[in-house]
Amino acid sequence: MQFALNDSQVILRDSAREFFAGECPMAFVRRAAETTTAYDLQLWAKLAAQGYTGIIFDEAHGGVGLGIVELVLLMEEAGRALLPGPLFATVAMAGAVLDACAGPAQKHKHLAPIAHGDARSTLAYVEPNSGWNRAALQLTATNGRLWGEKLFVPDAGVANTIVVIGRDGVYVVDAKAPGVSIAPMAGMDPTRRLYTVSLTDVAAETLAAPDGLERGLSIATTALAAEMVGGMQRTLDMTVEYAKTRKQFGKPIGAFQAVQHQCADMYLETESARSAAYYAAVTLQERAADAPAAVSIAKLYASDASRTVGNRGIQIHGGMGFTWENDLHLYYRRAKASETMLGDATFHRERLARLVVDAGAGTAPAQEARC
Amino acid sequence: MDLNLTPEETQFRDELRSWLAAHTPKDWEHRRDASVEGHFAFLRQWQRRLYDGGWAGISWPREYGGRGASLMQQVIFWQEMASAAAPPMANIIGLGMVGPTIIAFGTEAQKTRFLKGILSADEIWCQGFSEPNAGSDLAALQSDARLDGAHYVVNGQKVWTSFGWAADWCELVVRTDPTAPKHKGLTVMLVDMKSPGVEVRPLRQMTGEAEFTEVFFRDVRVPAENVVGQVNQGWDVSIGTLMHERGTLGAAMQVTYQRNIERLIELSRSMQRDGRPASEDPVIRQKLAQCYAEVQIMRANQMRAFSRISATGVPGPEGSIQKIFWSELNQRLQQVAQELLGPYGQLEGADPHAIDHGAWSYGYLRARGNTIEAGTSEIQRNIIGHFVLGLPRSY
Repeated sequence: MQFALNDSQVILRDSAREFFAGECPMAFVRRAAETTTAYDLQLWAKLAAQGYTGIIFDEAHGGVGLGIVELVLLMEEAGRALLPGPLFATVAMAGAVLDACAGPAQKHKHLAPIAHGDARSTLAYVEPNSGWNRAALQLTATNGRLWGEKLFVPDAGVANTIVVIGRDGVYVVDAKAPGVSIAPMAGMDPTRRLYTVSLTDVAAETLAAPDGLERGLSIATTALAAEMVGGMQRTLDMTVEYAKTRKQFGKPIGAFQAVQHQCADMYLETESARSAAYYAAVTLQERAADAPAAVSIAKLYASDASRTVGNRGIQIHGGMGFTWENDLHLYYRRAKASETMLGDATFHRERLARLVVDAGAGTAPAQEARC
Repeated sequence: MDLNLTPEETQFRDELRSWLAAHTPKDWEHRRDASVEGHFAFLRQWQRRLYDGGWAGISWPREYGGRGASLMQQVIFWQEMASAAAPPMANIIGLGMVGPTIIAFGTEAQKTRFLKGILSADEIWCQGFSEPNAGSDLAALQSDARLDGAHYVVNGQKVWTSFGWAADWCELVVRTDPTAPKHKGLTVMLVDMKSPGVEVRPLRQMTGEAEFTEVFFRDVRVPAENVVGQVNQGWDVSIGTLMHERGTLGAAMQVTYQRNIERLIELSRSMQRDGRPASEDPVIRQKLAQCYAEVQIMRANQMRAFSRISATGVPGPEGSIQKIFWSELNQRLQQVAQELLGPYGQLEGADPHAIDHGAWSYGYLRARGNTIEAGTSEIQRNIIGHFVLGLPRSY
């Protein structure tokens, strides 16, 4: 038992950090945020060349065949860099669900183009009155054709395929198929664009193993929690740096305990969110019995903590933190959008309650010999 | 990252699990009605049994009575203790702080003399750090020790000394060079609490018990060979002890918290709220889930910290987040218990309507001290700010 990154994981994390620092500096993020899609073709080709678009997929499908912990490390670094565009939607959402729900031939058909960088994909889940509650979804397939409206679909504007979650099935549609209508939504995060996807009598492919959805969504949720940790870390780093250099009353503001203690809390929240995300990743990787609880714990904590860390960071930056020019608001916007995506803290607390309060007396999933 | 147990760890766990199944006392938590001394004697006996079974000091060297196993096996030990609902061990200060300090800084003779007694609970330890005028500003302490032949003569007063009433020995920090800057003139020594001139007075706390004491030293003679580490370098030794305190106290707490949240969940099924079980009340569900989540995160934080310590050998200042986390979490957890139990939450053990023999009213009051003892939350945040994040000193 060892709850620390191994050497190859450290190498992957460090090289991702270096890659994003070089290819995705804040100036690039801001340029991407000014576009309607936040998508950059050249960057996408480089992400594919790094193997990031196929990180968790089998080598048989053109992937790199790494595990959930590696995915989480990549997403953490992507979050730190505020990577714009569809990597998360393609790999961690659509890709993870495809990997978990598709039959062998379907996997190759859909995952290989993603891994090779030839296709982008996304996940269409939420409907007007559903939230992230599957039982509230209306969409069903009739003779292999889909009708319905999906909201808050990330990066649908640049997706080649869309994985659509129905009440009792998981489907793939071609984004250009007749009957598919995609329109932008005006979300506050300009680095991850949201869309409505309307489906009117659309030809759909039904995935062979829809029971895998829980696992696919769990991987996506954990990856998102990790991405949020990356954003928190960057916010903390910027804030500590500012507190060391900004002077008032003749000394750095970081020398004042009112400021220092907020930084300490940011550190505590960031590290705790990281522990929770890593733990969830390991349980998913090992298919441990407490994985469902661990995933909800990671997301509920990250959802609250990333908001709090953002608030503290901007507060310590004072007026500068409130300006458009300062990068903090871009992280703050991403944090708010991610907070609700794949279920907010309240959603995941209720999900956790079903797992640990409604289960048999004294049944604690985390108890089972997992250290 | 690998949460699977190695074959060696699996064997360790299985062996421990069957030992605990056979030896763990039942219904011990309802013994709270017994006196503090009675409860302590029970825990001391329990530790002795663990020691005799070979389960005390999992990661301590074998030659001093430990098991010589890895730190990860120590973590597995805490997990299994939690699963088995086993009582904690009595010699908390000795196991968590004094022992690791002697292992790190002590002489061969000190290791041979003291470590076994800590593990077996034959010798109970306290730590003499805080003073009336040296709390958060520990280095301002004034108790002094003057060399007189082969002995130091100690005079001074310590306060908030946990287990002072039970202790046979004390890890004491004193000033040996009053002319040096405050961090430079301190020395750590091991003091026999039965020495002439040591006086222990109980300090009654808001729970009504006297867990803590004041300890007075009047011309107490301490053999010079009882100095731990170098003379006048006691600050480094003390910090080593405190870092162990921050890291390891939390590991033991995790056992208790896991039990408590599971018990609260159980209670929520039987407590009625608006004509249905409280476990069906959406607000209570949210709060129970939040507490449950935080207990698991505390464990994950600790596992990461322990993995880091097994790589580097020493606990670091980031242990301060463990201290903040467990102390503040316990206060939140106890408040959730109060909300769940409503008016019953206030009842103490003597009342026939009390739930769990008054454990929740006691727990609520006791938790109030958590963010003060073992370094206040404010001091922990100073440590993180300065030593972890590199912010300028605030004082």
